[in-house]
Amino acid sequence: MNTRSHYDVAIIGAGMSGLAAGIRLAHFGKKVCIFERHNAVGGLNSFYSIAGRKFDVGLHAMTNFVRPGVKGTPLGKLLRQLRIDRDEFALCEQKQSRIAFGPRGECSLRFTNDFAVFESEVVAAFPAQADGFRRLVAAVRTFDDVSLDAAPMSAREAVRRHVSDPLLEDMLFCPLMYYGSATERDMEFGQFVIMFKALFLEGFARPFEGVRVVLRVLLAKYRAAGGERRMKCGVKKISAHAGRASAILLDSGDEITADHVISSIGAPETDRLVAASASEPPTAAPTLSFVETISILDRQPAELGWGSDTIVFYNDSSRFDYVRPTEQVDPRSGVICIPNNFDYGAGRVLPEGIFRVTCLANYDRWATLPEADYQADKSRWFAEVQRSARRFLPPLASDDALAAATLTTDMFTPRTIAKFTGHLGGAIYGATTKHRQGRTSLDNLYLCGTDQGFLGIVGAMLSGISMANYHILQKG
Amino acid sequence: MTKDECKQVVLDIIADIAPDEDLSNVKPEVRLRDQMQLDSMDFLDIVMELRKRHGIEVPEKDYQQLASLDSCAEYLTPKFDALTGKS
Repeated sequence: MNTRSHYDVAIIGAGMSGLAAGIRLAHFGKKVCIFERHNAVGGLNSFYSIAGRKFDVGLHAMTNFVRPGVKGTPLGKLLRQLRIDRDEFALCEQKQSRIAFGPRGECSLRFTNDFAVFESEVVAAFPAQADGFRRLVAAVRTFDDVSLDAAPMSAREAVRRHVSDPLLEDMLFCPLMYYGSATERDMEFGQFVIMFKALFLEGFARPFEGVRVVLRVLLAKYRAAGGERRMKCGVKKISAHAGRASAILLDSGDEITADHVISSIGAPETDRLVAASASEPPTAAPTLSFVETISILDRQPAELGWGSDTIVFYNDSSRFDYVRPTEQVDPRSGVICIPNNFDYGAGRVLPEGIFRVTCLANYDRWATLPEADYQADKSRWFAEVQRSARRFLPPLASDDALAAATLTTDMFTPRTIAKFTGHLGGAIYGATTKHRQGRTSLDNLYLCGTDQGFLGIVGAMLSGISMANYHILQKG
Repeated sequence: MTKDECKQVVLDIIADIAPDEDLSNVKPEVRLRDQMQLDSMDFLDIVMELRKRHGIEVPEKDYQQLASLDSCAEYLTPKFDALTGKS
């Protein structure tokens, strides 16, 4: 039982970023405690069990994969900073992924963990854009994306300087936005660069057992370093005195003090804790959210003819609209993930088939539905999302082949995300404004995680590491 | 502590923070950065591990003293000796 009432550092949220910050701080002798409202760790990248079956949430694939020996990339930095041996994650590489555009996916660009494959696909499909694409890649490679104080710049404008075909432009943006953009239509160029490297120049991988392997490793490191955590123990208020966080009040009513507080729960969410004594909490800006359908199959997807693609990013319309839909869901574009299609080694296959589809969704349209309507809308959209996505995969032998192979299904909505993660508006990629230096209105309260602005799960962990280093460890 | 022992202390730390680097042939007079992939995060860790394991403090203005194994030995050996009470 952790009963201490003062810590060097209190961390709010046991997601990837909070755990990573905790490992760094505990390793270097700080007394650290992580406070987590939920009963499970992982935050936006977690898993849950229904009827003995584990479902991953968040993670489709770990981005930023590089093979052993490739140095100076985010994955390598992360492993070094957390003293993790890369074998502990036991990452298995993707087979191939695709960007498929057009009503039936007529224009398709394959990519793998070998960038030359993607480059040759782009050059073959868009010969007139070849030079521009190569210039863009050169610009991405030389951009300083880890600067904590770079001036923001429109990625659309930066890309258009090199790529003039709007179809190719949209095809490049689609995966990068789906895997990390909190902003509609455009991205900040620094974010674009981080994501371009993470997906195209580096790549996708997954532990055989999914996200829980990553979480298990992080927890073991944190525990071994002497870090404490309190689960089912949310923070309901941060008290301020003279511009500093003076105490944090827990859901239980207990009060804790700490020299430093790191919050991984989001910028507006953190503001709310600081302002909890004020009459009106600040209103959150509209955020992008998502639905995801999950089908568990009684056979390997390869037996249905779906054995090649790991991830497919699709869009059926003339332009790619990455915007909050006015309807509950926008089924025109989305992401298909087939976790079976990582290369787990000879003869090693996941015990069941898994078919996941993610689409943009509108939190407000889901938030206040009465339960019966909510359930009815979920099943209606489940069918619609899967119907839309199947256009971008090889046709099945018969129309009901997927239904016949399906053992069970599940679906999460923006409402599910808000309920289990506490993120306002069911946000996955946080608020539209990022705080690169992690500063807040209080001197000793810092942000890490999605609203600090490093993306993906490797980015989330690096965010926790960077903020712990920058605000606490470097200062001795 | 001899200068060679001091260099070994630094090498042991690097071996733990950057296990993917080959340390069998590090030239003592050449900057560490020029022989292996070490960034500012890694140098921070060398400093932090010196403090954690050996109680040695390296203020930020002196980080450049850790550039090569030779300069590490020049700078750190007196600090180790001061800790153990040797002149």
